[in-house]
Amino acid sequence: MAIAVAENLFRGSGADARLLAGRSRQSGKLVFPCPQGADADDYDVVELAREGTLWSYTIQRFKPKTPFNGDGDEVNFKPYGVGYVELPGQLIVEGHIVANDLGALRIGQPMRVTTEAYRTTDAGEAVLTYAFCPADEAHRHEQANEGDNS
Amino acid sequence: MSDIVIVGAGIHPFGRTDGRTGLEQGVFAIREALADAGLEWSDMEFAFGGSSAAGSADAVLPRLGLTGIPFINVNNGCATGGSALLSGYAAIKSGEFDIGVVVGFDKHPRGAFNADPEASGLPRWYGETGMMLTTQFFANKITRYMALHGISQRTLGLVAEKAFDNAVHAPHAWRRSPVDLDTILNAPMVSDPLTKFMFCSPAEGGVALIVASEKKARELGLSGPKVRGAAIRTRPVGSFEVFAPALEIERGKSAVELASAATWEMAGIGPQDVDVAQLQDTESGAEIMHMAENGFCSDGEQERLIADGETRLGGRMPVNTDGGCLACGEPIGASGLRQVYENVQQLRDRANGRQVEGARIAYSQVYGAPGLSGCVVLER
Repeated sequence: MAIAVAENLFRGSGADARLLAGRSRQSGKLVFPCPQGADADDYDVVELAREGTLWSYTIQRFKPKTPFNGDGDEVNFKPYGVGYVELPGQLIVEGHIVANDLGALRIGQPMRVTTEAYRTTDAGEAVLTYAFCPADEAHRHEQANEGDNS
Repeated sequence: MSDIVIVGAGIHPFGRTDGRTGLEQGVFAIREALADAGLEWSDMEFAFGGSSAAGSADAVLPRLGLTGIPFINVNNGCATGGSALLSGYAAIKSGEFDIGVVVGFDKHPRGAFNADPEASGLPRWYGETGMMLTTQFFANKITRYMALHGISQRTLGLVAEKAFDNAVHAPHAWRRSPVDLDTILNAPMVSDPLTKFMFCSPAEGGVALIVASEKKARELGLSGPKVRGAAIRTRPVGSFEVFAPALEIERGKSAVELASAATWEMAGIGPQDVDVAQLQDTESGAEIMHMAENGFCSDGEQERLIADGETRLGGRMPVNTDGGCLACGEPIGASGLRQVYENVQQLRDRANGRQVEGARIAYSQVYGAPGLSGCVVLER
């Protein structure tokens, strides 16, 4: 069984995942992530679009300091993608990028929301965060997630 | 109204100084600045100072003399030094004071800064999943800029190569050995497309400036560069800044564009009048993008300007003549004042080996978390 890294961040997993944003009751403006705490009452939770286009990206090559708690130590740290995806008419959202070949990413290419098991708890549970993958790889990452969860 | 002049400038060399605290480096810089002006601590009427990680700046007081002057601590991220200078400027401009000191110093642990999500009003998962890194922001910003405006990887390398070449001649710089272009381009990636030589490192150092009204300077028989303009601006709606989990689709201006526009207006001159510039180069791409954001060229023009050596010493407009952040490292509280220190040296013909001949107008611009920028125009 997998658990989500935070409440009210996304729903579902793999190709069924949807990001959650807050829509201001006053201005209608979207905010991601959903405001928490004292401001939360001013926003309705809404799902963002599943697909968008790659706005920019980079690859995180060294293991970040705390509070990063992802899998891997200094030696076997696995570089991961981080980028921004423009969800049409909504927001440009930052997230992890998962792809068969991070070196082949191109700005403007179609991307789709997915989830990624970025760490494992001491009890052996996978912790999911949201991510984006190339739209034509969505099926593959969905299978990978199911594999992780089984 | 009286002009404000910088009558003394002092620096503690940047880099790593084991066995000397950040505070001690700040005290060192103040003593250097006082000696440069031929003044005593007791001549100072006020002080503004700050550090990000080396304690409360007014802790320099017991070392220098408990003269009772107002000492105001400034804590404004990467614009801490610039904020101290702007505060000193305003204090004199108001007519309340005639002469004082502004100081910035810092000492950071090795390696990238680690950020605290809650302190920036961000949720914990943002840090836990490894997205709260300034390096990622700069890499994302330049990746898009390169794609949109035709900037090559080689140009990123040329900026770093220039920084290390210039630093050879700057006694206060940290990394003072040239690094060739192939080594820079083929070094390990930190955050693509930026290799380890294209990023500055957190470091240590201190800078102090003595600012005075022109009238007071004349009475004391002192002179120095005039502050023609100085402004700080924070991030507007639609800008792309560090630690942004989401952006508005409609893009707007940057904090740098706002700060530079305000500074040009105050100075009554424009980018075409500048002889030497120090631009925030947290990484190679930042220098390239800031050239355009400060108005020195159009987007994409940097590719040709840098290939032609126009920003090198001897070029049409030398940029980061002391090696900038890339070669000096970045002690947050001191970094913006280092840029001004370097411009003071240039305008007083003291930049031995890296002097821009006849420099009359010098510009500096700092940028940093959480999305603010400060610019200063000095005139000989």
